[in-house]
Amino acid sequence: MSTLALWLSIGGAGVVTFALRLSFIALLGRMEIPPFLGRALRFVPAAVLTAVVIPLLFYENGTLEVSLGNERLLAGFAAALIAWRTRSVLFPSSGAWRRCGRCRR
Amino acid sequence: MGRGRIRPENIASDVQGAIEEEPKTESPAAAFVAGAKAIVPVLLALIPLGVAFGATAIDNGLSTIEALDMSVFVFAAAAQLAAIPLLSAGASVAIVVLTVLMVNLRLTLYSASLAPHFKRLPVGWKGLLSYLLTDQAYAATITHFDAGETEEPDKRWYYLGVALAIWVAFQAATLAGVFLGAWASGGWSLDFVLPLIFIALVIPAIKDRTTGAAALTAGVTAVFAAALPLNLGLIAAALVGVLGGLVAENVIERGRR
Repeated sequence: MSTLALWLSIGGAGVVTFALRLSFIALLGRMEIPPFLGRALRFVPAAVLTAVVIPLLFYENGTLEVSLGNERLLAGFAAALIAWRTRSVLFPSSGAWRRCGRCRR
Repeated sequence: MGRGRIRPENIASDVQGAIEEEPKTESPAAAFVAGAKAIVPVLLALIPLGVAFGATAIDNGLSTIEALDMSVFVFAAAAQLAAIPLLSAGASVAIVVLTVLMVNLRLTLYSASLAPHFKRLPVGWKGLLSYLLTDQAYAATITHFDAGETEEPDKRWYYLGVALAIWVAFQAATLAGVFLGAWASGGWSLDFVLPLIFIALVIPAIKDRTTGAAALTAGVTAVFAAALPLNLGLIAAALVGVLGGLVAENVIERGRR
């Protein structure tokens, strides 16, 4: 990736993220999130985080690798099991979601 | 402990934050310090994310200044971590920005939830407090505000205390991670840090059958969509996952009737 593209990526990511944060605060709190969008947004964290991690586990050097020889996949499943059983608190946003009345419909 | 105890007569505050100047409020400094103190335990959970970002960024070929600037400009750990494999794979600017947008969409919910509390603030304050909005800052302040414990103008200072402490901790953690990454690159591999962090993030996001369905459909799609050009697989899988969650919700609701 060229340096220019990298900086455009970082700058673009920054602008987009700030816009999301500012959105409703700038709208003076007069606008509510439409119910359908609110429902859809509830599924975004689970969907997008899974979409990020799965290729990292299932692909090695760009090729699909589903076998006991894929240590990364095995370790990933072990980690998922541990995180599930112990209800890891690493993701602080789960607390935020629990408290966010609008996020649960 | 560590929370600003507010006098009982102030508890009658309405959630809309309509009262601009209450004579009987704490000083801004006291509210700021109360916020900063209240968030300290949460920082312990946040620091590993910052360190992981700094270390994997260096491990994936970003420079120190690029990693630090990303933490300053974006200031959202999960999105930054999601961007790393894309950046190192040479994905297009549009894909990186779109992925960050998806990962950070939840911030609009926090923005909507906090908006009534901040609606009387000048534009500069709105901008500053928005920039500092994170999962942790939202969770820590909304419970405090909704409990009616804080009056405007102390809200802004309480929030600033919480959010600024998070900002400083996250930047320091990024820097620590950068050094860790540079040091580790000589020896052992940080290859597995990224998947582990995301597993630790995604499991608590799966809270019921509908979010489970969202994760499952996203995961299955991701396996097959990873070969799509331009790293579009991530976007495709996320969208299918959201759809899967909505469908599951409809099916479960219909089953109840």
